[in-house]
Amino acid sequence: MSVNADAAILFQLQQFDLTLGKHRVLHNINLTVRQGEKIAIIGPSGAGKSSLLEVLYRQQPQQIALCPQQGGLVDMLSVYNNIFMGGLERHSSVYNLLNLIRSFNTPRAEIQQLCNELGLEDKLWHSPDRLSGGQRQRVAVGRALYRQQPVFLGDEPVSALDPLQAENILQLLINRHNTLLVSLHNRRLALAHFDRVLALRAGELVYDGPAAALTSNDLDAFYAS
Amino acid sequence: MRPDSDALVLLNRLPGVRPAHSSGRRLRRISLLFIAIALVCLFLADLALYPTDPWRELGRIGWGFITPYWADSSTLLSALGQTVAFALLALIISIPLGLMLAVFYHWRPVRMLAAAVRSVHEIFWGLLFMQLYGLSATTGLLAILIPYTGVFAKVFAEMFDRQAPQPTLAVSPLSSRISRYAYTLIPQSLGEMRSYCRYRFECALRSSAILGFIGLPTLGFHLETAFKQGQYSEAAALLWVFFILIASIRFWLRGWLLPVYAALAIWLLPQSPPLGSSYAWQFISQDIWPRALQQGDLAGAAAWYWREFSQVAWPALLQTLYLTQIALVLTGVIALLCYPLASQAISGRALRWPGRLLLLIMRSTPEIMIAFILLLLLGPSGLPAVLALALHNGGLIAFLLANHSEQQPQRADDPKGINRYLYLHTPRLYPGFLAFLFYRWEVILRESAMMGILGIATIGFYIDSAFEEIRYDKAFFLIVVAAALNILIDSLSRRIRRRAGADLSAGVG
Repeated sequence: MSVNADAAILFQLQQFDLTLGKHRVLHNINLTVRQGEKIAIIGPSGAGKSSLLEVLYRQQPQQIALCPQQGGLVDMLSVYNNIFMGGLERHSSVYNLLNLIRSFNTPRAEIQQLCNELGLEDKLWHSPDRLSGGQRQRVAVGRALYRQQPVFLGDEPVSALDPLQAENILQLLINRHNTLLVSLHNRRLALAHFDRVLALRAGELVYDGPAAALTSNDLDAFYAS
Repeated sequence: MRPDSDALVLLNRLPGVRPAHSSGRRLRRISLLFIAIALVCLFLADLALYPTDPWRELGRIGWGFITPYWADSSTLLSALGQTVAFALLALIISIPLGLMLAVFYHWRPVRMLAAAVRSVHEIFWGLLFMQLYGLSATTGLLAILIPYTGVFAKVFAEMFDRQAPQPTLAVSPLSSRISRYAYTLIPQSLGEMRSYCRYRFECALRSSAILGFIGLPTLGFHLETAFKQGQYSEAAALLWVFFILIASIRFWLRGWLLPVYAALAIWLLPQSPPLGSSYAWQFISQDIWPRALQQGDLAGAAAWYWREFSQVAWPALLQTLYLTQIALVLTGVIALLCYPLASQAISGRALRWPGRLLLLIMRSTPEIMIAFILLLLLGPSGLPAVLALALHNGGLIAFLLANHSEQQPQRADDPKGINRYLYLHTPRLYPGFLAFLFYRWEVILRESAMMGILGIATIGFYIDSAFEEIRYDKAFFLIVVAAALNILIDSLSRRIRRRAGADLSAGVG
C-alpha cells in the first residue's frame, strides 16, 4: 500500500499560519500530501483538526468530497435528496429542480443501493431530523460517497457509530476514494486503516509519519496535556 | 450571537471608531442624536394647528366607530373580495420572483434593481400604471407586486446569509447556482420564509386596501367616500371588517387552500383591458421625459431638471425628511410606551387581551386612513401625517416587542410591574427595538412621501399634482428623486445598525 514518492502532489502547506481574531488556530504547518495517500489526523479537540481540513478543502474544492463535522444535512429534505445533492453538478438545473418534486428512477436506484450499503435501506424517505445521530452521520457519508470524487476529507465522519459499523463505513470510504484525509478520535481505527498519521496539538503538527511506526502508547502521548 | 459579534468586528475595522466600553452608552448616544434631530425638525416642519372644532367631529367619529352600519352587503363583500384578491395574487407572483432575485443577489445589478423597485411606494407605482392601464386589475397587481418583489429579494437574501454554511460546503462547487440553492439554502430557510410571507400577506392586504385611495375598487375606495361624506358608521363598518380580516388570517390562510383562493381571486378581479404595448412604449420613451430632452436639447433639459429640483423637489424633500424624523422618534416613544400593555410578563393576564386588541387596531389601520381622519380633525398640516405614521408604526413595533418580551427568561425573584419594565425588559429589548426602528426608517420615509396625496406638503403632493396636470415628465422626475432619498436612507440605516451593534437576526421589512 505504500505510495509512490513520485505521485502528483495534491496539497501543500509551507510554514502555514492561520489566525482568527486574536486566536492562533494553526501554526507553522509544513505538509505535503500526494495522490493515493490515506492519512488519519488525530489530536485532542481544539487542536486545529477541523481548521486544517478546511484549509486543505479550499485548495482543491472541485475534486473533494467533504464530510463536515455537523454533517451539513438539510432537515427539510428527505434522506434521498440529502444524498442526491452530492451529485448536483452531474445534472442540469432543470433535472435537479424536477427531482425535488419527484425523484427520477436512475438516481433513486443508485441511492437505494448506497443506502443498503450504509444500513439505511428503509430510511430513504425520512427526513434527517427524525434520525438518530449515527444514522445522520451515515447520511452525510452517503452524500460524500455520491459526490464520486477521488479525494475524501472527513471531519470525524464515524464518531457517532458503534465500533463495528465505524470499521465498515471507514473501509467503504477507503475503497471508494483514492486519497483520504480523515480526522478521528478513535486511535485504534487510525492505526488499523491508515498509512500515515498527522498528530496536531494546539495548532502545531507534532507528528507526521507512517502509522506503522506508532504504538498505542505513542498515540496516548499526543493526547496527554 | 453572530450578528452582534460581526458588527463588533466591523466596528473595530472602521477608521476612527474606538470600541466603546459600554454597549448601553453607544445605543444611548445614537438615541439622543436622533431625538435632537427630531427636535430641530419640529421647528422646521410645517406642523401648524388650525383652529377647528375637533371635539364635535371626534365625537361623531367615535360614535360611528361603535355603531358600525352597512346597508348593502354585496358592495361590502365585493370590496373585501377585491382587496384580498389583489393582495393574494400579487404575493403569488412576487414571492417566486423575489426568490429568483435573491438567488442572484450577489450580482450588483440585481441588488440595485431590487433596491430601486422597493424604494417607490405602492401608491406611486399605482399612479404610474394608472396612466397606462387605467383603473384595472393590471394596475392594482403591478402596483403591489413590483415593490414587494424587491422587498422579498432583499429579505430572502438576508435569510440565506444567516444559514449554516456546512450543507453548501458538502455539495460540488461546480454545480449550478440554482441547483445548489434549491437543495441547500432554500430548504434551510423554508420555515423562516413561510412565516415572513404570512407577515407580508398582512402588509399586502393593507397596500391593497389603500390603493382604493387612488380609485381602485378595494376597501380604501369606499372608506374614503364614506369619510368624505361624513358617514362614520359606514366607514367604521369597513374598518371593522378589515380588522377582522387581518386578525383572522391565521384561521383561513392555509397552504392547501391557496389554489382555491387563487382561482377565486382571478375570477373576482375587475375587468382588465388588453395590455396595449403601443401606448406603454410612447409613455416610457416620450411622455416621462421633458420636451427639451426629447428634442435632443441637453442644455435645455439640464436647465429644466435643475429648475424642477431646486424649486419643487428639494423643498418638498426637506419637508418629507422633517416629518419622517419627527415621526421616527415618536414611533419609538409610542412603541416603548405601548408594548408592556400587550406583554403578559409585565402587565399580567388581565390587560393582555385588551392590550393586544389595541395594538392590532393600531398596526392594522393603514396609516393613510389614520392620517385622513386626523386631517379632518386637525386641519391640513404635517401634524396628522406625523401622528398617523407614529401610531401605525409604533403599534407595529410594540407588537413585535411584546412578543419578544414574553419570550424573555423569567426568574421567581424578578421585580414586578413598572420595575420589571424599566430594569429588565426594556434594557434587554432595547438593541432589538432600535433595530426594528431603523428597519422602519425607510418605510416611514416612503410613507410620509406618500401622505402627500392627501394634500400634506410632502413630495407625494407634488407627484400627485403633476399626474393630475398630466405632466408625466415632472411626476417621473419627482418619483426618481424620492426613490433616491429612500435608497440613501436605507443604506444609512444599515450602517447605523451595524455601528450601534443594534442588529437583529429577524428580518422585519
